[in-house]
Amino acid sequence: MSRKLLLNNVHVEGIHTYDVYRKNGGYAAVEKALKSMTPEEVVEEVKKSGLRGRGGAGFPTGMKWSFIAKPEGVPRHFLCNADESEPGTFKDRYLMEKIPHLLIEGMILSSFALGCEQSYIYIRGEYMYVLRILEKAIAEAYQNGWLGKNIKGSGFNLDLSVSPGAGAYICGEETAMIESLEGKRGNPRMKPPFPAIQGLWQRPTVVNNVETICAVVPIVNEGGEAYAGVGIGRSAGTKLISAGGNINKPGVYEIEMGITVEEFIYGDQYCGGIKNGKKLKACVPGGSSVPILPHYLVCKTAEGTDRLMSYESLAEGGFATGSMLGSGGFIVYDEDQCIVRNTWNFARFYHHESCGQCSPCREGTGWMEKVLHRLEYGHGKIEDIDLLWDIQRKIEGNTICPLGDAAAWPVAAAIRHFREEFEWHVKEPNACMTRNYGLVTEKIFEKVNA
Amino acid sequence: MENQNIENIQFPKDLLDEVQRITSLFPEGKQKSALIRVLHIAQAHFGYLSAPVMDYVARLLLIQPIEVYEVATFYSMYDTQPVGKVKLEVCRTGPCMIEGAEKLVSYIENKLGIKDGETTEDGIFTLKTVECLGACGYAPMLQAGEKFHEHLTEEKVDVLIEQYRLNPVANYMGQE
Ligand SMILES: Cc1cc2nc3c(=O)[nH]c(=O)nc-3n(C[C@H](O)[C@H](O)[C@H](O)COP(=O)(O)O)c2cc1C
Ligand code: SF4
Ligand code: FES
Repeated sequence: MSRKLLLNNVHVEGIHTYDVYRKNGGYAAVEKALKSMTPEEVVEEVKKSGLRGRGGAGFPTGMKWSFIAKPEGVPRHFLCNADESEPGTFKDRYLMEKIPHLLIEGMILSSFALGCEQSYIYIRGEYMYVLRILEKAIAEAYQNGWLGKNIKGSGFNLDLSVSPGAGAYICGEETAMIESLEGKRGNPRMKPPFPAIQGLWQRPTVVNNVETICAVVPIVNEGGEAYAGVGIGRSAGTKLISAGGNINKPGVYEIEMGITVEEFIYGDQYCGGIKNGKKLKACVPGGSSVPILPHYLVCKTAEGTDRLMSYESLAEGGFATGSMLGSGGFIVYDEDQCIVRNTWNFARFYHHESCGQCSPCREGTGWMEKVLHRLEYGHGKIEDIDLLWDIQRKIEGNTICPLGDAAAWPVAAAIRHFREEFEWHVKEPNACMTRNYGLVTEKIFEKVNA
Repeated sequence: MENQNIENIQFPKDLLDEVQRITSLFPEGKQKSALIRVLHIAQAHFGYLSAPVMDYVARLLLIQPIEVYEVATFYSMYDTQPVGKVKLEVCRTGPCMIEGAEKLVSYIENKLGIKDGETTEDGIFTLKTVECLGACGYAPMLQAGEKFHEHLTEEKVDVLIEQYRLNPVANYMGQE
């Protein structure tokens, strides 16, 4: 049995409403924190819990919180990153839509811990209907005295509201998000200064992902140590995984970190195996930005040990034979999927989403898209594969924000593991198996991984 | 929309109240933070963001018109040219692609007789391919107004196009 810490009550009828949420133990963590804890003690529990950021990078949350500057007389801000635009990722939407009050409760706890009195949830514009769900829940929280002035007589004040984006993946990057929240274009800022020193309106700011913030609720309820006891090693707690692609049961699953990847893909309580009895060809375990793994490195590491659903195990072997847990956007590819087409599709995505500030990213993503397009459509040359390798290497590490890296990694990994499939596209230009909308013209699975 | 005379560009009272409410969510002097949301409202109300509409929004928020143009041209959800009453935005990114998004786009193109980015002659539908909308596990999918239509099949698309044709209201304001 897998432990659940966030989604225990997700199937309770009406859990999105205040009354039902409260009856099922909701807002107990806020009650506890405001009555019996200091802000520093909340930060301490989060440190002890070992919670790491669920937005992609996995940075320890408690440590991030301890970096916030506290200059006298300057307001600080706490922001929730609900931009969720990483292809393959749809877990935050699920959390917010199903249990909006969990996020609100987490926002109150986090804002209290950091001494922020004005907090915002930045949500992608396409999730406007979720924004309305959140606004309704926030209004309920105000009515019941969990938001506003002097919350439950504690002396702590908090105003919380939601603000939308308008279609830009880059606004998930925290400094771009801050720019967007200031009503500007989503151009990432140079760091330093870091948001913890100068963020929203140049004031000290902390940004966390929806799921990270929700996890603060069980941490305060049960204590940091109890949370640290769930999961495996430095991958503490549970993680929401949004699973999609060619599997029997796509959806959002809360897993205890440390279960095997094999159980996750084939287990009946999770993905339920590959659809239509097909074979697993590849997997992108953490959203489109992380390296793709060929089938022989998905369930096992290069060393032959079981691959686990954890930050460390998914990264084992580095980029040579490993990947990343990332945002938990888990995409499974069966034997009929074309890696070149998928890589081209992702390259087009990053080209489309580049904000255009740095030339390696702006020009490089477009160039990669072009080269991949001609390879996929049978006009490529063998040298194009090395050219692609060269372009991605020149983007990585040479840009203002990590979108450049995020565009480079999937291309690098696809070439690293599937070079033969790229070559095959050049040698047999008319045999691409998915050029005609998923129509399989030839199976190259065995050839590719022979 | 058909007629965007400068004099016609004015929010009704309820929308002005809404702008007031949104602006008040930010500290004194930071009303520019309301811009992105106000542009969504303007687009839903006026049909698209023409230059006069953007100038109007600039006046409402006490900022320079250029600050509005910059934003309106950066974000992909904004239309600075006229579009149909209902925008069908089909996700084409990886996970949707492997579940048949490309085939679905061609199906809609053939059915409506338009290409990606175009609007039907009757002005009802605009077809647009977009990037991942956070519905990858429920692919293929499209968004119309605020509504997500998921697990799409050709039959489902037939039905929803018929519905929107009879009642071409994009689900913008106040819907769930
Ligand atoms: C291009 C890009 C897109 C990102 N998109 C998101 C996103 O949609 N949601 C998110 O929570 N974090 C996203 N991040 C990570 C954020 O910058 C930030 O690290 C994160 O919100 C911090 O929260 P956490 O520590 O709780 O994970 C993105 C980063 C980059 C570089
Ligand atoms: S890396 Fe790309 S997205 Fe990031 S700042 Fe540079 S151009 Fe913009
Ligand atoms: S890829 Fe289509 S919704 Fe994510």
